[in-house]
Amino acid sequence: MAVQLDARPPVLPGPRTGRHAGRVRLSRFDTRYSPYLYIAPFFLLFGVFGVYPLAYTFWVSLHDWDLLGSDHPFVGARNYTQLMADPDFWHAVVNTLGIFVISTVPQLLAALWLANLLNRQLRARTTWRMAVLIPNVTSTAAVAIVFAVLFGREFGMVNWLLDVVGIGGIDWKSNRVASWVAISAMVDWRWTGYNALIFLAAMQAIPRDLYESASIDGANRSRQFWSITVPLLKPTIIFAVIISTIGGLQLFTEPRLFHSGTNAIRGGPLRESQTVTMYMFENAFAPHYNFGYGSAVAWLLFALIAVVAAINVLILRRLGGGAGKEDVL
Amino acid sequence: MSRLWSANRLTYAALAVTALLSIFPIYWMFVVASRSSDAMGQVPPPVTPGGNLGANIARLFDNTDAYFLTGLINSAIVAGTVTVSVVFFSTLAGFAFAKLRFRGRNALLLVIIATMMVPTQLGVIPLYLLMTKLNWNDRLPAVIVPALVTGFGVFMMRQYAGQAVSTELIEAARMDGCGTARIYWNVVLPALRPAAAVLGLLTFMTTWNDFLWPYAVLNDPENPTVQLSLRALSDGYYQDMSQVFTGTAIATLPLLLVFILFGRQIIGGIMEGAVKA
Repeated sequence: MAVQLDARPPVLPGPRTGRHAGRVRLSRFDTRYSPYLYIAPFFLLFGVFGVYPLAYTFWVSLHDWDLLGSDHPFVGARNYTQLMADPDFWHAVVNTLGIFVISTVPQLLAALWLANLLNRQLRARTTWRMAVLIPNVTSTAAVAIVFAVLFGREFGMVNWLLDVVGIGGIDWKSNRVASWVAISAMVDWRWTGYNALIFLAAMQAIPRDLYESASIDGANRSRQFWSITVPLLKPTIIFAVIISTIGGLQLFTEPRLFHSGTNAIRGGPLRESQTVTMYMFENAFAPHYNFGYGSAVAWLLFALIAVVAAINVLILRRLGGGAGKEDVL
Repeated sequence: MSRLWSANRLTYAALAVTALLSIFPIYWMFVVASRSSDAMGQVPPPVTPGGNLGANIARLFDNTDAYFLTGLINSAIVAGTVTVSVVFFSTLAGFAFAKLRFRGRNALLLVIIATMMVPTQLGVIPLYLLMTKLNWNDRLPAVIVPALVTGFGVFMMRQYAGQAVSTELIEAARMDGCGTARIYWNVVLPALRPAAAVLGLLTFMTTWNDFLWPYAVLNDPENPTVQLSLRALSDGYYQDMSQVFTGTAIATLPLLLVFILFGRQIIGGIMEGAVKA
């Protein structure tokens, strides 16, 4: 129940001065309603600029809606049926899923490994942590431009290194799968260290005596890692996978700036690395300004994110038993 | 915490390689930014700084396609405003959720957590239509106002306020006749300061980096954010890479400075958030 201080007025005897009664009323009003006042800005702003646009996207997707036309006739599911038969859309879906798998799986494994390294008695602990986190604080656009040059065909450093070890140069921008790999490298460069710190935090919460009794039982380091650390980290791993899914399937800045010039929003002349978000952008904004069709892309991407996130959680919950039932998710 | 595993040479070697991979692209960005534009064609690629940084900066700011200086100023305005606002509203709401009792508190908190999972980026099209109605297209309010609050910020402040703000102190202040607004200002805000600083740093960096929404709504090439200036540079018909890299280096510099000064706090914030999330 509300605060006891509100019980003050009845205790006060006799004639109250108007001023006092006013203050008491004010204080009761304050304790009861001011919390709503404090949280209102969030709900108001998020409602107008977060929830409403997302919901309204669905409404727009049911219309033939572009920049110039003053009326937007209702067309029902036509944008969706058109999209289902649109090879460029499915091409973008495959690109997005390809980049997502190539980037997320190695990234999370590397992050686990890195966290395990950082979870030791290290000299200059903070410096190491900063060194692995620094990619995460750089400007995404800047890094995408730098990586595009590193992966250049003629003068890129990656091809130069490949040449040194005797592998012929790869055309990272016009080969579809190669462009996925290059973009994944960018994503992993940015996020591996961040996820490693998240895993490290969870590792530090694991009681040490678990490991001590395991080593008394003769389990070696790697056995301990896979049978104690990983199972106990499962809630955190699931959390990281969900966050990676939501972010990874909406990937935009990296592939967009990996390419430059006129075909950039198409992810290369043959849409080698156009993601779904880029395809939404290409349709909804310059040059087409087809808001209805773009909105349909947005909603299907939304559905895709939900499905992939659910599949990931199901897979992860089945893997590696251990701390199964008492997980947070 | 009892003792940790010891680190051997292999541990340090592996960490050193990781650190090198982490830092090299940033370092190399500054290398190219300090060289002349023919550095790109050299084999093997140059890995030490040259002496051309000043000239490159001068050419960058003179570039009539990029509006780089405007971009820097705009980004500072946008990121600064958004940071102050997010910290203010998040501490206010976080305080309410952690320390005040009101009907519907838990349900509303769940809503806030759920908003963190919503891909709001997918709402850009109606947001764009809304901005057209408000006549904010091509203007900074279009990128500032939608970013003024975040669910992440409210949740983070709520978690921190739960442990850092003393309930007794709040009760005592109330006894002395303080209203909740004064309690927020005099009791809660000072206690929240460390976490609020981390939230501010993270918000500043995210906002400074934001690309998709500014790209959608700020179409006037003369009024970009710094990230849009970078896009204009990199999409330019004639690419002068040392100039482009000077741009990327300058756009990254504020973030690096913030990180070097406050890296310890940022790491602490990320790791504490992870345990509680």
